[in-house]
Amino acid sequence: MALPRNMALFRSTKALERDIDEFLDNLSQSGLVFKQAVHVFLTEGPTEEFEEKLRRVNDLESRADRLRRSIETEVYGQTLIPESRGDVLGLLENLDSILNDLEGALWNFSIETPDIPSEFRKDFETLTDTAVLGVESLVLASRAFFHNITAVGDHIHKVMFYEKEADRIGTKLKRSIFSSELPLSHKMHLRQFVESVDNVADGAEDVADRLTIYAIKRTV
Amino acid sequence: MEVAALFFMTSGLFLGWSLGANDAANVFGTAVGTRMIRFTTAAVICSVFVVLGAVVSGAGATGTLGKLGSVNALPGSFMAALAAALSVYVMTKSGLPVSTTQAIVGAIVGWNLFTETETDTGALVKILSTWIASPILAAIFAVILFKLLTFVLRTTKLHLLRIDAYTRLGLVLAGAFGAYSLGANNIANVVGVFVHATPFTDLNVAGLFTVTAVEQLFLLGGLAIAFGVLTYSERVMRTVGEGLLPLSPSAAWVVVVAHSLVLFLFASQGLERFLAGQGLPTIPLVPVSSSQAVVGAVLGIGLLKGARAVRWRVLGSIVTGWVMTPVFAAVVCFFGLFFLQNVFGQKVYREVSYVVSPPAIERLEQLGMSSKALGELANRRFETAVRFRRALEARADLSADERRLIMEYAEINPMTIDPERFPTLARGGLSPAQSEAVRALAGRTFTHKWMLAETLARASPEWRFLADEPLNRSRNRKLQGRLDFVFRTFRVD
Repeated sequence: MALPRNMALFRSTKALERDIDEFLDNLSQSGLVFKQAVHVFLTEGPTEEFEEKLRRVNDLESRADRLRRSIETEVYGQTLIPESRGDVLGLLENLDSILNDLEGALWNFSIETPDIPSEFRKDFETLTDTAVLGVESLVLASRAFFHNITAVGDHIHKVMFYEKEADRIGTKLKRSIFSSELPLSHKMHLRQFVESVDNVADGAEDVADRLTIYAIKRTV
Repeated sequence: MEVAALFFMTSGLFLGWSLGANDAANVFGTAVGTRMIRFTTAAVICSVFVVLGAVVSGAGATGTLGKLGSVNALPGSFMAALAAALSVYVMTKSGLPVSTTQAIVGAIVGWNLFTETETDTGALVKILSTWIASPILAAIFAVILFKLLTFVLRTTKLHLLRIDAYTRLGLVLAGAFGAYSLGANNIANVVGVFVHATPFTDLNVAGLFTVTAVEQLFLLGGLAIAFGVLTYSERVMRTVGEGLLPLSPSAAWVVVVAHSLVLFLFASQGLERFLAGQGLPTIPLVPVSSSQAVVGAVLGIGLLKGARAVRWRVLGSIVTGWVMTPVFAAVVCFFGLFFLQNVFGQKVYREVSYVVSPPAIERLEQLGMSSKALGELANRRFETAVRFRRALEARADLSADERRLIMEYAEINPMTIDPERFPTLARGGLSPAQSEAVRALAGRTFTHKWMLAETLARASPEWRFLADEPLNRSRNRKLQGRLDFVFRTFRVD
């Protein structure tokens, strides 16, 4: 009677592990697609290809939401990992908010169609790349949290690094924008987009901070 | 079996019930408390394996407890078990984690004091030293297991969820082993005082196999423990969780396994035989406190993590409970026996008197004792063991071993081989040759146990003891059980 229940437990455990992996994959892919989308927007503008990438991120975000809710139900329903489930589900929720940040930023691009002068494109691209690298490192750190707790720190410090980099590039970009000859309204519009990309890196750092605590709690 | 006998066994059943209620938490407490296993699952597994352990492996530790003090009258057993159970109850109500083992040992000593029976210091020393050894051993096991486990977890890099599933399975298996060890080791506490006064006789089941009187006792005691587990242990389990040190489920697993290993070591006759067969020193089979083992294991892990994490004040209260329990039980038993005997007119012990009779003197001289010393004690009657011992100690020329030998040979046990009691004999599980040897003595009277034993040994090799080596101990133990049965059956009161 205890054994058959444990067989079912092992089956559902494997399914849950796959779900968590898929969730993290979604986040990772969203970052990559985000990078591509911004690149397309900067080089070609709000084209059909850009819209298609936006839809892609949209889908990934919806799928991630569903996965997260299903994982939550399973974990509580089967009373799994009673010691760590608060942290695990909190982590997934935080990661989900980064996905939302990515999606939101792309929506802004789509709706407000900012006019980004060519002299700022390179910095914008670099800022985007850096923010996405931060997200990537966070995904790796999260995977390590589940599989290999001692490796979490290896990835976390990179998230912090990329966040500093993104801040630096963002500040540099904003200075260039505001020292140019553009009208104030245009400058302010552009600033919003710099900040919405920078926020992704900031968000990643926040999650990384919490993840560090979760990891410490697990090793005690 | 008469109603009176049934009544007197109730205190033992109550003791078993409280053991189940309290000690099940040692085995499954953290697992249930951290919600890794449901209580129902834990309770059922615990009950089944406790009974199994008690019946299959309970004999070893029970033997040692029986040696501590032979409570030889059922009302006496009743009071001893009642005193122990009361102590456990009082300590539990005071919130102190309590050891049933210590309670029963205290009660037995109380009985010994009241009846002026000798407390077998050898057995007492053995028991006390294992009380000290068991938590230390548990701590050592816990440390080794914990280090092993963390190493394995770190190198295999399993998914968090997979570790969780394995830990659950591990807790179930460890819990089953723990329950088995608990039954095997602690059944002695529950029924040990009834062994020499058992109202059971061997039961022949459909001619296929025999359930001996002692095994029936174990089964009944085991069922009482199981009942305690099923009805009351949940409450205790829910509160055990964070007592001494917050434990992760993996650490909880280590604690259960370490605890179970210790209890198993001190109960396993199979292990004793194996070690003896390899020429290694054996481990004494002694009832050991389950709670102490757990505390030892938890402390071991706590010290690994740094002494700051341990709640030392809780430890202090635990140690206080351990000291107070046997003392309390001894006192309660002593006064309880007084009431039972004088107010209720119950016979709480069967008087055993001592006479250094001529046959005894002859045998002792053969064993090398000086006839001068023995001559002065000849034919004097001593009503209690304590008085006899004092008289012996007054003689400076006798060593402790010699005194013990004299007491053994001088003990008076009037027995008549009455043919009317032969039907009872048939239920003793004796072999045909053994039974034959007894019947051949029909009508004869014996004053000393050793005389009957030797007569039987002369009549048939199956009544002979083998050399007292570890390899033979199991067989000798069984033989002693058969002999005790014969002594009881033909006793003249």
